[in-house]
Amino acid sequence: MDVMSEKSAKSLVKPIISFRNVVKKFGSMVAVDNVSLDIEPGEFFALLGPSGCGKTTLLRMLAGFEVPTDGQVLIDGQDMGATSPNQRPVNMVFQSYAVFPHMTVAKNVGYGLKIDGVPAQDIETRVQEALELVQLGHLAGRMPDQLSGGQRQRVALARALIKKPKVLLLDEPLSALDAKLREAMRFELSQLQQKVGITFIMVTHDQDEALAIASRIAVMHKGGISQLGTPSDLYEFPASRFVADFIGSVNMFEGTLLKDEPDEALIGCPELAPHAIHLPHSAPGNVNAPVWVAIRPEKMNLHKNSDEPPPVRDCPAAHNVCKGVIKEISYLGDTSIFHVQLANGRLVRVSRPNRSRYDQDNYGWGETVWVSWSGSSPVVLLS
Amino acid sequence: MADRPAPLEYNRTWPMRLWLGGVFFFLYAPLIALMAFSFNDSKRTIVWRGFTFDHYKKLFNNNELMLAFANSLTIAFITTLISVVLGALAAVMLWRFRFRFKGAIEGALALPIVVPEICMGVAMLVFFARVMPWPNDLIWPFSLGAIIIAHVSFCFPFVTMVVRARLASFNKEQEEAARDLGASDWEAFRDVLLPHMKPALIAGALLSFTLSLDDFVITFFTSGPNTVTFPVKVYSMVRFSVTPEVNAASTMLIVLTVVLMALMMLGQRKSTTAK
Repeated sequence: MDVMSEKSAKSLVKPIISFRNVVKKFGSMVAVDNVSLDIEPGEFFALLGPSGCGKTTLLRMLAGFEVPTDGQVLIDGQDMGATSPNQRPVNMVFQSYAVFPHMTVAKNVGYGLKIDGVPAQDIETRVQEALELVQLGHLAGRMPDQLSGGQRQRVALARALIKKPKVLLLDEPLSALDAKLREAMRFELSQLQQKVGITFIMVTHDQDEALAIASRIAVMHKGGISQLGTPSDLYEFPASRFVADFIGSVNMFEGTLLKDEPDEALIGCPELAPHAIHLPHSAPGNVNAPVWVAIRPEKMNLHKNSDEPPPVRDCPAAHNVCKGVIKEISYLGDTSIFHVQLANGRLVRVSRPNRSRYDQDNYGWGETVWVSWSGSSPVVLLS
Repeated sequence: MADRPAPLEYNRTWPMRLWLGGVFFFLYAPLIALMAFSFNDSKRTIVWRGFTFDHYKKLFNNNELMLAFANSLTIAFITTLISVVLGALAAVMLWRFRFRFKGAIEGALALPIVVPEICMGVAMLVFFARVMPWPNDLIWPFSLGAIIIAHVSFCFPFVTMVVRARLASFNKEQEEAARDLGASDWEAFRDVLLPHMKPALIAGALLSFTLSLDDFVITFFTSGPNTVTFPVKVYSMVRFSVTPEVNAASTMLIVLTVVLMALMMLGQRKSTTAK
């Protein structure tokens, strides 16, 4: 059935990029391990992962700087094989921007056209257009060393976009910018992508960046793709402990599936004993087999101390709760993170938005509290 | 109070100034004396007898010395051309590629820098006498071939060193960017790598030009009976006595070198600020 749906999906939209069983080895080190991936036209796609996961190698195979050891890379249906970088219909924005220091902004942006033998007059108008697109029209005559980091990045963007590539590749595009500028550029990048309508593929290790910009994300780990999906898919329905942990922060509990029925499941976690986790739906895995439960800090609630555990909606009494002492409070302005230590020493992170300027509950350091979560919050993981 | 030296402004303390003064004195006093006495109206003594240009006139009428001077300039010019090309190619090869015996080749390249010049000279003498005799009867400037080969062999390692140091600071992503934008390997080299190497190429050229121009030992062993270079000629003149004519010749050489250096540095500064 999977094969059927894949086929029908393929007939609808022809992928602009296809990796087919791609393997890349550097000596004995396997950088990319049998990756198959289709990227559709018009997507803002992000390859997300920690350093050394193979995401940059994948991008460099698209640009033609690396040749796959095995498998195929297709761009717009054409097998790229060992096609050299200057023959490929893709352009790249490099991590260091790689703006040519000895050329003016206009010369930098026009370089690709000049190499292609475009007449000088056409180059001039197209360079001006490209610079307007990234709002640098007034700086055409400047040298790169007179530009700020953000401006240099725009030059790199204009220089790559002027060749009207089928796909724009971005290698860690925002990592060299400071925090405020990074946030502004996130917005601008997605605006730019919508304006030019070209497929963007971005490599990043910054999960916030990927969540904020990308329409679809592939989370990579040890040379393979751990999970592929939209940002909210990955955040709310992680498929593995690695993805749950890598994207956002999470409280992970190890436990055993005690009961699994169509409308109810029960998981016992030694760290949460005597309380258990109750789900209003069935859980993956076999009864009595080990499972992991992931709960996001913002999906947990704090309650003032009392003898009886606080009631949780849609859930039998004394389930989905635990009791502990606030060990530390990180005040971040918009939210506060509470580190609650359970009797057995386990720390649980609970985050609360600071909705009003004066917190009525006023939780303090050392205070004993109850922590609860609704039955729909936990994600049960098998790997 | 207002103008006390900052903690690291050592050049504003008197012991450091004394030291600096001493350095400059011993470095430049002999040169200045040499230049000054080239204008002395006297044949032998080092007593000042009045100002004259006579020694310069004599110098320009001394055909042998002028020929030696022309030889030296020609040798230096050709040596520089060959050394820069050869040295830069070697540097790019060592920087870009990985191959067997790379370490050994790097070591061998640095050898001419560390081998005593006298050994190089003797080796060259033996080489051109026995292994590959350079014909004596070639027309100028081919008659200078042996000297040029000898000079290139000790000049180009310096170019390689300077260029390699420069290449270490090259961002390889720039070359990849050029390739990505459609440039062939050669175009990427021409448009991106070469401009980056330019200051090192100029520095390397200056280095080889001056090294070649004032080399005495190796030239002395490799020059045949019919070719004389400027330093060799000066040496032979000094063997009889230090005449003001030698002073004048040396002054010419110093001025020429300084002017050349200044011109090149000026050109380099212009090319970086103009853009």
